[in-house]
Amino acid sequence: MKKKNNIGSYITLGVVILIYAAVFIAEQTIPSTSMLFTVLKKGATYALVAVSMNLLNGFTGIFSLGQAGFMLIGAYIYGIFTIPVSMRGQVYQYFDGGLVQFTLPIIIAMILGGLAAAFFAFLIGLPVLRLKSDYLAIATLGFAEIVRAIFQWNGLGPVTNGSNMLRSFPNFNDFNITDAQGNVTVYLSTLIPFIMSGICILIIVLLINSSYGRAFKAIRDDEVAAEAMGINLAHHKRLAFCISSFFAGVSGAMLAMYQTTVQAKSFTSAMTYEILLIVVIGGIGSVTGSVLSSFLFVACSEWWLRFLDEQQMIGDFQVPLLRNGFRLVVFSVIIMIVVLFFRRGIMGDRELWNLNFTGRRKNKGDGK
Amino acid sequence: MSSLLKVTDLVVSYGGIEALKGISFDVGQGQIVTLIGANGAGKSTTLRTIAGLVPHKDGRINYEGRDITDLNTQKIVENGIALVPEGRRVFANLTVLENLRIGAYLRKDKDLIEEDIQYVYELFPRLKERSWQLAGTLSGGEQQMLAVGRAVMTRPKLIMMDEPSLGLAPLVVRDIFSIIRTLKGTGMTVLLIEQNANAALHACDYAYVMETGKITLSGTGEELLASEAIQEAYLGKTGR
Repeated sequence: MKKKNNIGSYITLGVVILIYAAVFIAEQTIPSTSMLFTVLKKGATYALVAVSMNLLNGFTGIFSLGQAGFMLIGAYIYGIFTIPVSMRGQVYQYFDGGLVQFTLPIIIAMILGGLAAAFFAFLIGLPVLRLKSDYLAIATLGFAEIVRAIFQWNGLGPVTNGSNMLRSFPNFNDFNITDAQGNVTVYLSTLIPFIMSGICILIIVLLINSSYGRAFKAIRDDEVAAEAMGINLAHHKRLAFCISSFFAGVSGAMLAMYQTTVQAKSFTSAMTYEILLIVVIGGIGSVTGSVLSSFLFVACSEWWLRFLDEQQMIGDFQVPLLRNGFRLVVFSVIIMIVVLFFRRGIMGDRELWNLNFTGRRKNKGDGK
Repeated sequence: MSSLLKVTDLVVSYGGIEALKGISFDVGQGQIVTLIGANGAGKSTTLRTIAGLVPHKDGRINYEGRDITDLNTQKIVENGIALVPEGRRVFANLTVLENLRIGAYLRKDKDLIEEDIQYVYELFPRLKERSWQLAGTLSGGEQQMLAVGRAVMTRPKLIMMDEPSLGLAPLVVRDIFSIIRTLKGTGMTVLLIEQNANAALHACDYAYVMETGKITLSGTGEELLASEAIQEAYLGKTGR
């Protein structure tokens, strides 16, 4: 069995390397204005937050809807600490250039964003994690809304720029390597977010496969039995909540880089629902599924279904119904089909590295 | 025989209603001790309180001569008390092997854990056959074996079982009781709760009869089997 597991891991590793190589090559050869790269960048960002949500909802059984709030914290911390000092006067024009007058390296600011999100998760986790299922979801949803309101508050303006947007911080395009004239020589603006997401998701996967991950799954399956086995429920739930929020914060920073601007009002609960949708479509309890469905979801919403929003002519015939907003109707129908007929999502709770490449039924294994 | 667990005047109340009204009993080292009684007598509450899952109101619990009344579940498990909860409660979406590993969650001795997994597989060869199967797909009897195996993985000195025969076919119940005797043979002490009073009294060294939060009778298995009151209340008057 162990050997078979290894085969799965090698195949997964191979697939991942292939994807990274393909992304790198595509970036050098396809014009950077292609929608493909928009989808890939946003997809990589959403993949991370979807996996972090899956860690909580799918693996630990904590139904939390605070993702947008934690992303917001991550995005703001990243933005606040990376805007070049020379640009601060312009960005914070209503607040005399703001309070923060230094910049941090990108990676440090991202990690700081994650830590800040995890810190808030720890604080609200103390009271909120005592709640169960729906009540927990409502409480975390409320938290996200409160965070959104606080970050828009003018009183915090010198730090958060109030309800005005943060901009001019380094974004994905700044990862491209340019020559002296400013011409791009090597495109890295898509590969870097892939690497960032990839590292974070790898950490989550290692965590899920560790003894901590096993404890999380035990809590999900049966809290009472888990407690009877000596698993400290409060401690493990808090741990899962903080780790999930940390990565939500990091993905928030990535979203900031993708969008090139940050504004609190865009981190709505609708965003959390999008992520929840990705997790459900991908399969609750499957990291591979979350990643796959992130890209599919982003591709559909940003690219493949865009044509539905414009009037289309076939010869002289104008296709009926197609107008602004129709895309969302079609999207909703797709979601309904998935929920009705593919309830376990694309992957169920399987993973790429657990799939049976040898074609033998795993369950019939002899336990060796 | 020295006592491993000594419960003194234990009182537990749920929202004002006293589920346990001050019970005292002894569990001797290496014995099978059973608590029998009707539904709602407080048997499960007793076990859950010893395991630290339910807060107590009054009384003391002594284990190996130490007071463990106020320890949390984690510490109690570490000290060698394992609970096989009522209704089996295996982790349905984890494999059999993962379930066993959860049992060893608090242990740091990696090599011995592997050894103990093999030991559990020896006790329950059926689990070995199904080690990669999800626990939720096992039959009721197999799940009960897994629940016991999972508890054994904590390396307990005292294993507490809450209605292990509940909802199982008579043949499987017999297997479970033979397993309980095997565990005793390895030096473990067993505290058993049963509604199947007949089987429990035959298997045990000593028994306590509980009624609405109090212990009303106690004695060796044979004594209670012979007692008329017990025959009337729990074994059916015509009995065996």
